Amino acid sequence: MYLYDEIDQRLVDERVAQFRDQTRRFLAGKLSEDDFRALRLRNGLYVQRFAPMLRIAIPYGLLSTKQLRKLADIARRYDRGYGHFSTRQNLQLNWPKLDEVPEILAELATVQLHAIQTSGNCVRNITTDHFAGVAPDEIVDAFAWCELIRQWSTFHPEFNYLPRKFKIAVNGAVADRAATFVHDIGLHALRDADGAVGFRVIVGGGLGRTPVVGQVIREFLPWPHLLTYLDAILRVYNRHGRRDNLHKARIKILVKERGVAGFRREVEAEWARLKDGPATLTAEEVRRVESRFTRPAYACLRDIAFPKSKTPFNAWRRRNVHPHRQPGYAAVTVSLKKTGVPPGDVTSDQMERIADLAVRYSFGELRVTHEQNLVFADVQQAELHGLWQELRDLGLATPNIGLLTNIISCPGGDFCALANAKSIPVAEDIQRRFDDLDYLHDIGELDLNISGCINACGHHHVGHIGILGVDKNGEEWYQVEIGGNQGRTTISGANPGAYPGSPGNRGLSPIGASLGKIIGPSIARAEVPDVIERLIQTYLALRDSEHERFVDVVHRVGIEPFKKSVYGHPDQTPADRRAALAA
Amino acid sequence: MATLIKHRRIVAQPSPPELTLEPADDPAAFAERLADLRVVAVRFPKYADGRGYSIGRLLRERHGYKGELRAVGEVARDHLELLAQCGFDAFELRAGEDVDDALVAFDDLSENYQSTAAQPLPLFRRRAVA
Ligand code: HEM
Ligand code: SF4
Repeated sequence: MYLYDEIDQRLVDERVAQFRDQTRRFLAGKLSEDDFRALRLRNGLYVQRFAPMLRIAIPYGLLSTKQLRKLADIARRYDRGYGHFSTRQNLQLNWPKLDEVPEILAELATVQLHAIQTSGNCVRNITTDHFAGVAPDEIVDAFAWCELIRQWSTFHPEFNYLPRKFKIAVNGAVADRAATFVHDIGLHALRDADGAVGFRVIVGGGLGRTPVVGQVIREFLPWPHLLTYLDAILRVYNRHGRRDNLHKARIKILVKERGVAGFRREVEAEWARLKDGPATLTAEEVRRVESRFTRPAYACLRDIAFPKSKTPFNAWRRRNVHPHRQPGYAAVTVSLKKTGVPPGDVTSDQMERIADLAVRYSFGELRVTHEQNLVFADVQQAELHGLWQELRDLGLATPNIGLLTNIISCPGGDFCALANAKSIPVAEDIQRRFDDLDYLHDIGELDLNISGCINACGHHHVGHIGILGVDKNGEEWYQVEIGGNQGRTTISGANPGAYPGSPGNRGLSPIGASLGKIIGPSIARAEVPDVIERLIQTYLALRDSEHERFVDVVHRVGIEPFKKSVYGHPDQTPADRRAALAA
Repeated sequence: MATLIKHRRIVAQPSPPELTLEPADDPAAFAERLADLRVVAVRFPKYADGRGYSIGRLLRERHGYKGELRAVGEVARDHLELLAQCGFDAFELRAGEDVDDALVAFDDLSENYQSTAAQPLPLFRRRAVA
């Protein structure tokens, strides 16, 4: 955990006081709706379908049990006893009261949490790899760099009113577990031949209505220049990004309009004037920030050999336990994807129990993943079995990480005012259809992502299967995409892993970040599980071995066979299709 | 009536700006003239149009402008602290703003992490000295 110093704390406290005063002025009629909107969004407060929605930042996904207990307490006292972990390493409360929000923020500040810049047209919560600091394939521990960027972005006076929201993701490992190619800026922390840290800089990625895979504008930016380079990118964007059309205001549109070479030229010209200026990072500052992170005091252990028998524990171990750089330890994903529970939702009671477990099993810390799960990063292998039993009792041990039922889903029509269609019930229908664990494991790794509208909060463009809610004459329909991919992630192989407790030898995904292709006309909600089943059957028939994942097959053979399996001939009617699906 | 505040005081009879930059203007185009000017304004046409913040910093930090830098247009209480960090020292409040509220707006946050026009040394460099 990063521990605030006196100034970090003071700033968060002052921000609470500032927002309290803004709310007071709004309620007193001294601030217009419009002006207050800009201010409240910068403090995470939306007004949604049924109530306000408060988005709390979990900076780069790192959470202490003390913080989690506070979140549980807040969700219980100010909300309806649960929260929703989102793809952005945030926690959303769906039912707070507007006039109580300053109080909630004040309580958050007591545990070094806040909702600063979790919304609005400014730099948002910095996200990263949920295995940062523990992954065997790590090159650079991303956390300190994330914190440096957090401080740089917090209340940045020049960039508080950007053309549009701005999302930065940092990844410090060989595998990209932070979806860096679909962020406004993606950073890969690397090392040069001498071991010095630097960053590959990717710009212009994003999802939403115009999904774009980002492009590299610098292969290696030495670390002292990180902040000046970010300043240069943001300044070019702030000055020249479009403000005439909300839908064309993201940096990806500017990069497209300028061409990546043109955009790079502008950034480099700006940077040439900022380079080596006062914002240049110092080794002393990097050390200072690093030293404010607490570190687990690992015991000196050895890896354990687990029997490979087919037991529920081993099924869980294969999917939800991940390799660790420290011998004798493992990282564990706490699945928030139990069938029937909205993906990412956790009750206050569960949060408290999870906090208890994190204290006992993982040094009192946990992480939030962009796939809407939680991670215990530092569990002793010898304690995996005990942890599994306790998680199972809480309904948090569904062995489905990386599998089809580990669905990413936005809140959709049940909560969100912008939704065209519901997404949570669709996720549940699919989970019910694929409730056979053996079948699920046989299908292998598959990311299925659902968004309730074109804004793509559920990352549907980068799901191996993506489902998008659309509105057809006031009815909820769904468009299906296949072949999307969040990036070059690690995938599990069939072989026993580097240590026997690992889920298998892990390789890199042969496919980088890519966007799904729509397979055909949208379908009715009732058809969704059948269509998914068709896609899976087609995949199973086409794969050359069980190592070839669904997405690999789509990239090898294209979408035609899949399309055909769902729609038959090109002029098939919906009625034909339903009959065919039912057959 | 718009009220001009400067140095936390109301300016009774403001002099008109000698140059007003629009958000799309490039400060570099005016660089040569800046040394002779005493009052330059930057217009903020909308509450959330943030281009002027970059213009302010460029005028001060890159082009060395030393005179009065005035924010005009949709300038409201909750912008003032950010504007001041970006090098503005005079603020023509939009009509209807509560001037008393505005005069205390500069103290909401006691620190800035960043290097800014008002405080070129970022917090981490000042921390290192302290
Ligand atoms: C319920 C209230 C929410 C509202 C009103 C909302 C609104 C939006 C809008 C308007 C966009 C499109 C931005 C653009 O294309 O420029 C967007 C994108 C996005 N939102 Fe949400 N969202 C909400 C909840 C969530 C949740 C719960 C998550 C996480 C599960 C999330 C994560 C994202 C992501 C990942 C994107 C796309 C990435 C990108 O910005 O390119 N949002 N959201
Ligand atoms: S994708 Fe659409 S429906 Fe889903 S949360 Fe985002 S804005 Fe709402």
